Amino acid sequence: MTLLDLNDVSKRFITEKGITRALDDIELDVKKGEFITIIGPSGCGKSTLLKIIAGLDTEHEGEVLLDGDAVLGPSIDKGFIFQEPRLFPWLNVEKNISANLPVTKEVKEHVRELIKLVRLEGFETAYPKELSGGMAQRVAIARALLRNPKVLLLDEPFGALDAFTRAHMQEVLLDIWQKNKTTMIFVTHDIDEAIYLADRVVIMNARPGTIRKMIPVGVTHPRKKTNADFQKIRQQVLTEFEQVEHGKSLAVSHS
Amino acid sequence: MSNQAGVLSRRTIDEKELALKRQRKQSITSYWVRGLALPASIILIWELAGLFELISATLLPRPSEILAAFRDLIVSGELFSHFTISLLRAIGGFLLGGALGLAAGLAVGFSKRTEQTLDPTLQMLRTVPTLAVIPLFILWFGFGEVSKILLISKAAFFPLYVNAFLGIRSVDSKLFDVAKVLQFSKWKQITTLILPAALPNILLGLRLSLGGAWLALVAAELMGSSEGVGYLIMDARQFSQTSIVFVGIIIFAVFGKASDSFVRYFERRLLKWRENYIG
Ligand SMILES: Nc1ncnc2c1ncn2[C@@H]1O[C@H](COP(=O)(O)OP(=O)(O)O)[C@@H](O)[C@H]1O
Ligand SMILES: [Mg+2]
Repeated sequence: MTLLDLNDVSKRFITEKGITRALDDIELDVKKGEFITIIGPSGCGKSTLLKIIAGLDTEHEGEVLLDGDAVLGPSIDKGFIFQEPRLFPWLNVEKNISANLPVTKEVKEHVRELIKLVRLEGFETAYPKELSGGMAQRVAIARALLRNPKVLLLDEPFGALDAFTRAHMQEVLLDIWQKNKTTMIFVTHDIDEAIYLADRVVIMNARPGTIRKMIPVGVTHPRKKTNADFQKIRQQVLTEFEQVEHGKSLAVSHS
Repeated sequence: MSNQAGVLSRRTIDEKELALKRQRKQSITSYWVRGLALPASIILIWELAGLFELISATLLPRPSEILAAFRDLIVSGELFSHFTISLLRAIGGFLLGGALGLAAGLAVGFSKRTEQTLDPTLQMLRTVPTLAVIPLFILWFGFGEVSKILLISKAAFFPLYVNAFLGIRSVDSKLFDVAKVLQFSKWKQITTLILPAALPNILLGLRLSLGGAWLALVAAELMGSSEGVGYLIMDARQFSQTSIVFVGIIIFAVFGKASDSFVRYFERRLLKWRENYIG
C-alpha cells in the first residue's frame, strides 16, 4: 500500500550565479511501513527532497501525495529530524518532547513510553545542555514520534555523531521502526548505514539531482555488516558510485 | 604486619584530609583578609588622620562621625521617610518607563510594520541625554513629582526597549523551522519559543533599566526637591554637614547595588538552562 507518492518532482534554485537544478523528475513510491534510505554525493538534492516531502518547501514542480492528499505545508503527519537535534534549550527533556501539546494525563503517559523507547529513562528533567549529542537526537526523535507521524523524515540525523554512538543510534532507530512500524525516509552519506537500515536504498545523482538507482535490501534483521549478502549489496552500491561523476565527496566508511 | 601497614596508611590519609581541610579553611579566610585589607587600612588611616586633625572635618569627616550621623538619622526617623520617598519615586518611574519600554520593544520586535513606524523616532529620542532634558521637564511640569517620575521613566525606557527588541529578533531561525514542523500555533510560538529565547536579553535590559532609573533618581532629586535622599544630600551640603552627604551617597550606592543583585538572582534562577551560564 502506497503511503507517499512523488510524481515528477522538480526543483530549481534561481540565484545571481545562475540556475541550480536541485531535483529533476523525481519519481518515488514509498509503501506504508517501509524504511527508505537515500544516499548520494553532497549537493545532489537530498535535503531539498526531504524539505519538499515535509512541506517546508512548496515551490516546486510535480506533486507530492501523502495518503492520497497533496502536501501543501508542514504538519505533524510528517515528522522531521534535522542533522542537529534543535531542542529548545529552556525546556527539559519531558517538556521538549511534549513542547506545544497540553500536558494531559494521556500525553504524559505517551511521553513516558517514548522516553523508554528512546532509552532516556532517568533524564526526564535534564536540560539539553546536560545531554550528549546522541541523547539529544533521541529526544528529537521522541518529540516527532509523540505526534504519531505517518512518515518520519530524517536528514543525516547521525552525521555528527561518533562511530560508537552512531551504531547505538541505528539500533535504537531500528527498534523504534520495528515496534511502531513508522515509515522512515532516512538521508545519509554513509553507505554501510544506508544498507544496514533500509528495505530499499535510493541512490541519487548530482546536478541535476535525479534518482540513479533503487536497490532493495532483502537481508533479514538483525543484520550483520560482515554477512556475505550484506557485502554483496555493498559491492553493488559501490559499483554504482564508481560511475557517479560527482561521487568524490561521498564518505565510505570501512568497518 | 599487613594490618599495621593498613593502619598506618589509614592514618596518613586522615591526616592528609585534615591538612587539606585546614588549607581550604585558610584559603577562605585569606580570601576575605586579602579583599578587606585595603579598605580596612584606608578607613583606619582616614580615621587617624581625622583624629590628629590632618584633614578638615568639613571636607572629610571621620568614618566614626559618618556612622554617628547615620545612627542619628535612623533614630530620628528622618532617614526612613526620605528613603521611602526616593524608593517610591524610583519604583514608580521604573515601572512606568520599564513597562512601556518592554511593551514597545516586544511590539516592534514582533511586527516589522510597527518597527518601521516606531523605531526610527525612538532611536532618535534615545540619543537625547537624560540630563539634557531636565530643564525642559522642569519648564513643563515644574519641580513636582511629575517631572521626576517622567525623568526616571525616560531613563528606564530605553534599555528595556532596545534589549527586548534585540532579544526577539535574535531567536534562532532553526528553531522556527522546528515550530513549523511541529505545527505550533501562533500563541505557542510566542510563549514556548520567542519569549523564552528573548528572556536573557530582556533580563539584561531589566538590569540596565534599573541602573538607569537609579541614576535618574539621583539627578532628579538633586535638581530640586523637598524630600528624598537627594534632598537630604543637598540640604546637608548647604549647612556643610558633610557626614550626612556621605550617608546619602552610601545609601544610593548600597541600594543601587542591591537592586542589581536582586535582578541577577532572578537571572540565575530563570536562566539555569543556559549553556554558558557561569555561577
Ligand atoms: N536555498 C538555496 N538557494 C540556492 N541554492 C540552493 C539552496 N538550497 C540548496 N541549494 C542548492 O541545491 C543543491 C542541492 O542542495 P541540497 O538539497 O542541500 O543537497 P544535499 O542535501 O544532497 O547535500 C545544491 O547544489 C545547493 O547548492
Ligand atoms: Mg543535506
